[in-house]
Amino acid sequence: MTATVEPEVGKARLRKEDARLITGRTRWTDNLTVPGLLHLAFLRSPVAHARITAIDVEAARRKPGVIAVFTGRDLAEAQGSLPCAWPVTADQKAPPAPSLAVDQVNFAGEAVAVVVARGKAQAHDALEAIDVDYEDLPVVLDLAAAVADGADLVHPDLGTNKSAHWVFDSAEAGTGSDVEQAIAEAEVLVERTYRQQRLIPAFMEPRSVLVDPTGEQTTVWSATQIPHILRLMLALTTGTPEHKLRVIAPDVGGGFGGKLQVTPEEVVALVVATRLGKPVKWTESRSESLLSAHHGRDQLQKLTLAARRDGTVTGLKVELLADMGAYLRLVTPGVPILGAFMFNAIYKFPAYRFECTNVFTTKTPTDAYRGAGRPEATCAIERLMDELAAELGRDPIELREQNWIKHDEFPFTTVCGLEYDTGNYEAATAKAKEMFGYDQLRAEQRERRERGDTVQLGIGTSTFTEMCGLAPSRVLGSLSYGAGGWEHAAVRMLPSGKVEVVTGSSAHGQGHETAWSQIVADQLGVPFEDIEVLHGDTQSSPRGLDTYGSRSLTVGAMAVLKAGEKVIRKARRIAAHMMECAEDDLEFTAGKFTVKGTERATAITDVALAVFAAHDLPDGVEPSLDSEATFDPDNFSFPHGTHLCAVDVDTETGFVKIRKYVCVDDVGVVVNPIIVEGQVHGGLAQGLAQALYEEAVHDESGTLTTGTLADYLIPSAVDLPHFDTDRTETPATSNQLGVKGVGEAGTIASTPAVVNAVVDAVRHFGVNDIQMPCTPMRVWTAINGGPTDAGGLGTEAGGGLGSIDTSGGAA
Amino acid sequence: MRITVTVDGTTYTDDVEPRQLLVHHLRETIGKTGTVVGCDTSNCGSCTVHLDGQSVKSCSVLAVQADGAEITTVEGLARDGALHPVQQAFHDNHALQCGFCTPGMIMQSIDLLADNPDPDEQAVRHGLEGNLCRCTGYQNIVRAVQDAADRLKPGSTQAQPVGSES
Amino acid sequence: MIPAAFDYTAPSTVDDAVRALADAGEEAKVIAGGQSLIPVLRMRLAAPSTLIDIGRIPELRGIRDEGDALVIGATTTHYEIQRDPLVRSHALLLKAATDTVADPQVRHRGTFGGAIAHADPAGDLLAPVLALDAELVLHGLEGRRTVAAADFFVDYFTTALRQDELLVAVRVPKHTGWGAHYEKFNRVAQAWSIVAVAAAVRIADGVIAEARVGLTNMSAVPVRATAVEAALVGQPATPEAIKAAAAHAADGTSPTADGNADTAYREHLARVLTSRAITAATGV
Repeated sequence: MTATVEPEVGKARLRKEDARLITGRTRWTDNLTVPGLLHLAFLRSPVAHARITAIDVEAARRKPGVIAVFTGRDLAEAQGSLPCAWPVTADQKAPPAPSLAVDQVNFAGEAVAVVVARGKAQAHDALEAIDVDYEDLPVVLDLAAAVADGADLVHPDLGTNKSAHWVFDSAEAGTGSDVEQAIAEAEVLVERTYRQQRLIPAFMEPRSVLVDPTGEQTTVWSATQIPHILRLMLALTTGTPEHKLRVIAPDVGGGFGGKLQVTPEEVVALVVATRLGKPVKWTESRSESLLSAHHGRDQLQKLTLAARRDGTVTGLKVELLADMGAYLRLVTPGVPILGAFMFNAIYKFPAYRFECTNVFTTKTPTDAYRGAGRPEATCAIERLMDELAAELGRDPIELREQNWIKHDEFPFTTVCGLEYDTGNYEAATAKAKEMFGYDQLRAEQRERRERGDTVQLGIGTSTFTEMCGLAPSRVLGSLSYGAGGWEHAAVRMLPSGKVEVVTGSSAHGQGHETAWSQIVADQLGVPFEDIEVLHGDTQSSPRGLDTYGSRSLTVGAMAVLKAGEKVIRKARRIAAHMMECAEDDLEFTAGKFTVKGTERATAITDVALAVFAAHDLPDGVEPSLDSEATFDPDNFSFPHGTHLCAVDVDTETGFVKIRKYVCVDDVGVVVNPIIVEGQVHGGLAQGLAQALYEEAVHDESGTLTTGTLADYLIPSAVDLPHFDTDRTETPATSNQLGVKGVGEAGTIASTPAVVNAVVDAVRHFGVNDIQMPCTPMRVWTAINGGPTDAGGLGTEAGGGLGSIDTSGGAA
Repeated sequence: MRITVTVDGTTYTDDVEPRQLLVHHLRETIGKTGTVVGCDTSNCGSCTVHLDGQSVKSCSVLAVQADGAEITTVEGLARDGALHPVQQAFHDNHALQCGFCTPGMIMQSIDLLADNPDPDEQAVRHGLEGNLCRCTGYQNIVRAVQDAADRLKPGSTQAQPVGSES
Repeated sequence: MIPAAFDYTAPSTVDDAVRALADAGEEAKVIAGGQSLIPVLRMRLAAPSTLIDIGRIPELRGIRDEGDALVIGATTTHYEIQRDPLVRSHALLLKAATDTVADPQVRHRGTFGGAIAHADPAGDLLAPVLALDAELVLHGLEGRRTVAAADFFVDYFTTALRQDELLVAVRVPKHTGWGAHYEKFNRVAQAWSIVAVAAAVRIADGVIAEARVGLTNMSAVPVRATAVEAALVGQPATPEAIKAAAAHAADGTSPTADGNADTAYREHLARVLTSRAITAATGV
């Protein structure tokens, strides 16, 4: 074969997925219907904490179109308790988690009853006829107050609001020295308390679930990231035999961790459909989503960084309070613990201690949101490094370089005991500085500061790493996670030479169909177009652990590669038989087995046809090339990068405008550069939004005041800047593709870059922190010597539906 | 109430409740599920369609208000199997990930290009301020709209996509 | 979400609409573009028994030149106002403010009269209407009356409209040749104004001959910054003079406090934004 085929891996392939999505030929769960479909509507508690003393549903049952109304008491037995798969400590305290509240509601938005009706509007109409008597209990909103002696309790039966206390200490673990000693001996101490505000994942497609119990298997269509985990958990929670359940995640419109959940509504839909023997569907409204789908982040971080005068860091102590909300959902308790290994980041801290108290409050439960634990850690340490630089009068990048792991020190075992396989922080930083025009911008900053410009320039740095490819099952086991982290795949060679790839990863916007096709096209030497990727249906892709934690490429695609290797191995034996040579005489390139040193060759697609006919196979060889494989890596992967942000801060109003954003990420080998770039862009948008715009705010009664998209401020195209992105490439050694994962990088890295820039712009006014989101009022107040957390808890959300009202004339 | 609407070139007459939203009429009665609902406060723009030639949020129009109107959805853009240049540009510039906001983004992009055939980056961003995307950070959407503007110019040659089809 | 059920009527004349309003009683609501009302209905924050759709009354739509004033029909859309040459020539401030309303889709459907009658203090068209000394033409069973903008806005979401009355048109005195600017401050592009300032100035012989300044979201109703206007008249359009006048912007206001802005910050913003709005309007 003379023509060289351009490798697919590395090519900027346009996505296969797009054709449906740009023409509206979509299969969102809410698009689906089946004959006789009934609709669900949930009545939700308007109060944050109360005993339910009575529920009267009789009037609702008589409303037009209503088939049934169920309360928590009606379903108590069947609904079980929602699963938490991550008990972080042996003595973790967790309350029962009913899908429909039975005796008590513990957050505003908790479901208390469900209406089943023939029409969606009829179901909603009937909600208004349900009468619930609530006997108020004291709300628990503030993290610090919740853990104080004598605090009001969310779950009095537990006797405390503390769910778990989790500690990592490098001296105890033998991975480093004693942090208290480092603090005692420190020449410089930076002590800060940072607030990681509560966020809402706010995927664009509202959640939806359709359950059809009329077949031999009950089919559950759900807008979920985790069809496989959902199937198992629905079985375990409701007692439905697992083999009688089929879960399908059709087109799923984003997740960001927000659809990494087993939701009350999924459980109720299954229980109600089963009880009625009729198909039911529930699709949430946006306000319902913001209120009741799990939230993210929400930590209070007390931080102590010890250093020498020369800038060398000597110790880091992290004391966290992490808000669980009212219940422990699927991985709620583990989210802050994922951060435990990331506060030390890329720096060579000799001593480290992390302790986290998981705390119940009467708020919507928290759980995974893009980055899950790692953005919180990264934001804290990157803010601290800027503060240390300011304290010492040093350039923040130079100070970082003094402390980070040098490229020739890899593999490097961190103070947490993680082994970072590869990285090159110098290369990424040098490239970023050049793209950014770092020195020129610093010069402009000095000039504008001296001139007393109304608009001040700030420059923020974030040199991050993350542990991703959440997988190594043994490591997850050591962290008490309830499942493994492997991934499964199968490759099927069809007789006509086409290929079906089955993956346990569950795409919801990432482009797996395209990327997996590229990998398999190279591996098997078949055209990209001849590969179909099957996913998101427990019937066609029976095993999997789904998509989250930047794990699909590093684990899921690796399983595909392993399955493909088996296909080639099987085909090699048959090809040797077909060409009457020894297997060792064959080499496989570009889809062909060639007898070394000759022109004799057989394409793998020809082997597939021969296998189908099965007329002449070697003895003992089964007539199939199809293969499956499961991949479980030995280590996480560690993408890293350098992000630089320049902001203009209007000191008269406090308004922050991002002027320039540059990032250079090292995500290892890149399968598809446009998909990678897109992931970075989207990640940046969410990280920037945390820095400047988004916050889930509860008032003093525990009511979410940011309960619509008019109040929960997701930035639009106008609000976000152009991003200048580039890459360096240090292949990972933990997988043979050399890939590291990219889904969370932009989000993890960008938040502190922006906040550092904002603080840098106004530091000369005596400001050393501004609480996120850095709203104009907070920035202005801080400049003028006020507190750094103006606004926030206890005040109403501004604008928004505050400005929509129930009276008034024409509109 | 009985209403008649023409959607993507086909005329439909149906009885609707006055409270029926246009988007629900499109999705549930007519079967145009390409147009989606992303919020309840008209912020997200996912439900954008063209009503008598102008972009509107079909979640904030009553079906009865659209009686007699001509409506175009994302499903009515392709002609004789060829994608609309804006659809093609979204594909070629990787301007979508999960794709949920995409129908609304495309419909609004077409509207903005009708008003301003040669928008600069800021004009595109402002023209899309009523459409939220959670996946892309908007950068490739902006690029796609500008790319589409080039394609729609009389006598223009097709711009080179950033990625490759083969 | 789906609105609660209601009856619906779409009269074709103003007289029919007014009669329908009177017949339907307290629980009736007028819908024009519906861009504020429909979200409210969907959230079930309101559940009117009847909606009276004035969107099919031809006489309510369009912009007329009536000599010393423009008369803008109530159901004229924001989009039409943005592009109208008469508005650009004689009421530039109105165009400037309309450009900032919501987003393009909403501006296609949303109506000028609807926004005025909705009387949201954070809405962007109230302050310009007030600043330009517009008059509101109301039509009821008893006939027509004209109310000055200053008397029309009564409280949050509350106007001088009587139960049977419809806002049919807004009469905007011509401000031909005036400089104008609407300075809007919000956290993201789509959000309501935290504070905004509508400013129009007429420069003659190098000094500010007349000035009109209206404030958005600085009280339960739009307010005129009369102290600023008075301080500007006769002054040269210099940064110093403008800044000095703008220092009075928050005088007599009673802004609300919310998570985006407390009272003091809103007052401060009013001063800063007033200075900027006037500066832009004067073209300094």
